[in-house]
This record gives sequence, structure tokens and C-alpha cells, in this order.
Amino acid sequence: MIDIALDVLSWILLLLGGACVLIGGIGGLRLPNFYTRIHAASLTDTMATILIFSGMMLQAGLSLATLKLFAIMLFLLLTGPTATYALANAALLSGLKPDAGTTSDKPKENSSE
Amino acid sequence: MYIIVSIAILVTMVLALVRALMGPSVFDRVLAVNVFGTKTVLLLSVIAFLYGRPDFLDLALAYALINMVGILAVLEYFQNRARRKSRTKDD
Repeated sequence: MIDIALDVLSWILLLLGGACVLIGGIGGLRLPNFYTRIHAASLTDTMATILIFSGMMLQAGLSLATLKLFAIMLFLLLTGPTATYALANAALLSGLKPDAGTTSDKPKENSSE
Repeated sequence: MYIIVSIAILVTMVLALVRALMGPSVFDRVLAVNVFGTKTVLLLSVIAFLYGRPDFLDLALAYALINMVGILAVLEYFQNRARRKSRTKDD
């Protein structure tokens, strides 16, 4: 009984994580400018990491694999926001203006590369 | 169940690659590469469970470390370049 409940719970977590991953990918491709794209990508990255690794930890039970999964999850949770912060900081320093998502950056910013 | 998650991750990797090719600024490309690296770690972990081979988790751990160092190195370079450019503009 407990086994079935854990199985169902881990499946739900894994499917929610997969949905988060897909939403982040679509958002990163479709949103209009850089700061909105970084928002979509980083938030769903963190959420999908938590959901997918929690689901796999429930499947693994108490073993060495769970410890490794926990280590990877902790590391991703530490480094993902750090990389996002560094990326946004570098973009701001190099003069990419945050514009509240009203303008698309397609026509301008040709000279920044 | 793992196969659905791995397909979702693969589709997202393709979308990230499209964003990396489209640009338009260099930071969009770095963001896409960062997303690609994180999704690689996730995919390796899911594959470890899909095929029942827990050794893949070690690969995922090593790849997470390498990915982080690479992204930070690239960002440090671009940040320094932006700082240099603004300094020469002030002079």
C-alpha cells in the first residue's frame, strides 16, 4: 500500500518536473527580450530540478543512489541561481537595458556582438 | 514514466539550441548554453534510472561541476570586456 502510494507520488513529481522543463524551454524561446527569457529559464530550472530529483529519490529508496541524487540536486540548486545572477549582472554592465518586457530586442542590439 | 521526462528534456534541449543559434545578443547564447548544460545533468540522471545503471549519476555530478565552471569563466570574460569598453568610452 505504502509502495503504491510512493510510486504514484514519484510519478506525479516526475511528470510535473517534465512539464516545468518544457515550459521553461518554450518560454526561453518565445519571450520577447533577454530579461524575460532569463526569468523563464532560471525559475523553471530550479523548480524542475527539485521536482525531478525528488521523484527519483522516492524511486531509489534508501541507498547510495539517493545520496548521489541529493548531492547533485544541492549542487544544481546552489549553482543555477549563481549563474543566473552572474549572467544578468554581466548583461546589465554591458548596457542591455531592462525594459519590463514591453519592447522586443529584435530590431536593435546588432552592435553588441 | 522516465521516458516521458527524458523526451520532455530532449525537446527543451532542442529549443535551447534554437535560441542559442538565433541570438540576438551574446548573453542569450550564454543563457541557452547554461540551460543546455543543466538539462544535460537532468537527462543523465534520468537515463541512469531509465536503464537501471546508477554509475551514470557520477557522470551527472562531474558534468554539473564542469558546466558551472565553464559558464562562470565565460561570464567573467564578457563582464571584463564590458567594463573595459565603458572605461574607454569615458576617456
